[in-house]
Amino acid sequence: MALVPEQVREPTAEPSLEEFNLEAAVDEPERVVPAIEFRNVRLAFDDKVVLDGVSFTVRRGETKIILGQSGGGKSTIIRLILGLLKPDSGEILIDGEEITHHSELDMMPVRQKIGMVFQEGALFDSLSVYENVAYRLREQGVDEEEIEPEVRRMLQFVALEYAIEKMPSELSGGMRRRVGIARALIGDPQIVLFDEPTAGLDPPTARTICELAIELRDLQDVSSIFVTHDMNNLRYLSSEYAVVDEEGIVSFEKEGERLCLINTEVLMLRDGKINFQGTDEKLRQSSDAYIKTFIHGK
Amino acid sequence: MNPITKFLFELQEVSLLLWRVFIGLFRGPRYLDEFVKQMDIIGVGSLPIVLLTGFFTGGVLVLQTFPTLQYYGVHSETGRSVAVSLIRELGPVLSALMVSGRIGAAISAELGSMVVSQQIDAMRALGTDPLKKLVTPRVIALIVMLPLLTVAADIFGIIGGGSVASYIYGQDHNSFIASVRDGIASQDLIGGTIKPFFFGLIIGGISCHKGLSTTGGTVGVGTSTINAVVLSSIWVIVFDFFLSKAIQSILGQGTL
Ligand SMILES: Nc1ncnc2c1ncn2[C@@H]1O[C@H](COP(=O)(O)OP(=O)(O)OP(=O)(O)O)[C@@H](O)[C@H]1O
Ligand SMILES: [Mg+2]
Repeated sequence: MALVPEQVREPTAEPSLEEFNLEAAVDEPERVVPAIEFRNVRLAFDDKVVLDGVSFTVRRGETKIILGQSGGGKSTIIRLILGLLKPDSGEILIDGEEITHHSELDMMPVRQKIGMVFQEGALFDSLSVYENVAYRLREQGVDEEEIEPEVRRMLQFVALEYAIEKMPSELSGGMRRRVGIARALIGDPQIVLFDEPTAGLDPPTARTICELAIELRDLQDVSSIFVTHDMNNLRYLSSEYAVVDEEGIVSFEKEGERLCLINTEVLMLRDGKINFQGTDEKLRQSSDAYIKTFIHGK
Repeated sequence: MNPITKFLFELQEVSLLLWRVFIGLFRGPRYLDEFVKQMDIIGVGSLPIVLLTGFFTGGVLVLQTFPTLQYYGVHSETGRSVAVSLIRELGPVLSALMVSGRIGAAISAELGSMVVSQQIDAMRALGTDPLKKLVTPRVIALIVMLPLLTVAADIFGIIGGGSVASYIYGQDHNSFIASVRDGIASQDLIGGTIKPFFFGLIIGGISCHKGLSTTGGTVGVGTSTINAVVLSSIWVIVFDFFLSKAIQSILGQGTL
């Protein structure tokens, strides 16, 4: 590993103390089990090593932002979590369950807990927007009367209710991405994986998607991985939080006014290894030349 | 990989795919809507070309053989010779070739583009087994529909042959039909419907395997479609020989 992880952890997080705190302070002990855990995962395609001993955890309700250059293995990490790929060595745990050696059949219940937004949308061409979003619930055998309001709610969430009857080929790139988000979020998965959900979108739409992710994190206790190249996304996700007032109106506040965000961390990949792991403040203060060029683009 | 290893590897993959389809039949979920839809696409959709092929093949058989048979003075047996060659060989093989061109290409192109656009991954991520949802309905629909298409092709072939015999060579309808009925033995009928069952398996197995193992973007889709059509056509023809031999040894030679 390039950097010793302890070095970049929060100063208070001395391992024994952390464990003690969690056991005592958390009244739900299952929260201690991380939603996602990678232990020394290695994966190579032919002789190209893509992930070389990657270890990290995503706690419940935490958002992990993954940065890294194109081709750096970010999408690969996400595919590993879903069991679409198997690592060459190492272990992957979802909610404490080891999935590395699961068969397709064993993976099915695990996948039901996970919503995934694909980098290229990956909508089903032969199905309408409605059917795409309804797909997961239909597969689970939910009644059509229950599916319809749920699909409408999800499409409202991504502001696409008017496109419900359209086919994917009639949509723009950004609309397809948003349908992909609605499809991933239906059925309220406890883990959501975003693979560059804002790439190629205009700033307000990108902002909406970040707000969505923040809302999921703060109001629905969803654990997520958010792969992105965009520093604006990073800033939104790591400095704002969602609050909901008595009337159910959601608004976003900047950290520092009332509290400091602890449920968002950044992870940076470089040459198959984890180059940085910690809060966004630490990332900005880092003196590492690679990280500096990554943040500022030069 | 050398060609023989590659061949054995592919053979293993296709057999494994078909085996998993078979095993999957005993476990839910089953996608009946998808199955019905595929039966419609494969069966009803291929009916016109298969009927047309059958009709003109039967026609041309009579057109070419009638003079020869007449030369030997056995032109009253035209119906028998047409019916036997259609039911035993031409019906099953030509229908399978037409279907592998039409459906084999469609299956591998569809599955292949679903692979390269990550729709297969999305499907797995959403908790569906693509094998059950996509492969099983197609393979089963092929197995069910191809024998039916073959029977339809046989019938239209005999009609085509009869039309040529009566309208071009002036043979009497009834003597043609009588000769057809004389000629067909139950072995021919059984053999003629067992064959398309296996051809359905070959076409379904190869096309689905080729489609699902597509790599390399849209160019890859083109390549796997070509491979699916070429390989399934070749294997239909090669397998037909061995199948004919096996049917002959098991059921006997039949008449003629
Ligand atoms: N199926 C595959 N076969 C061979 N190589 C692959 C395969 N999938 C990914 N790779 C390689 O793995 C590396 C990591 O790919 P990955 O898609 O994870 O990158 P990424 O970090 O998501 O990049 P981007 O930001 O461009 O999306 C790339 O170099 C790619 O060439
Ligand atoms: Mg990627």
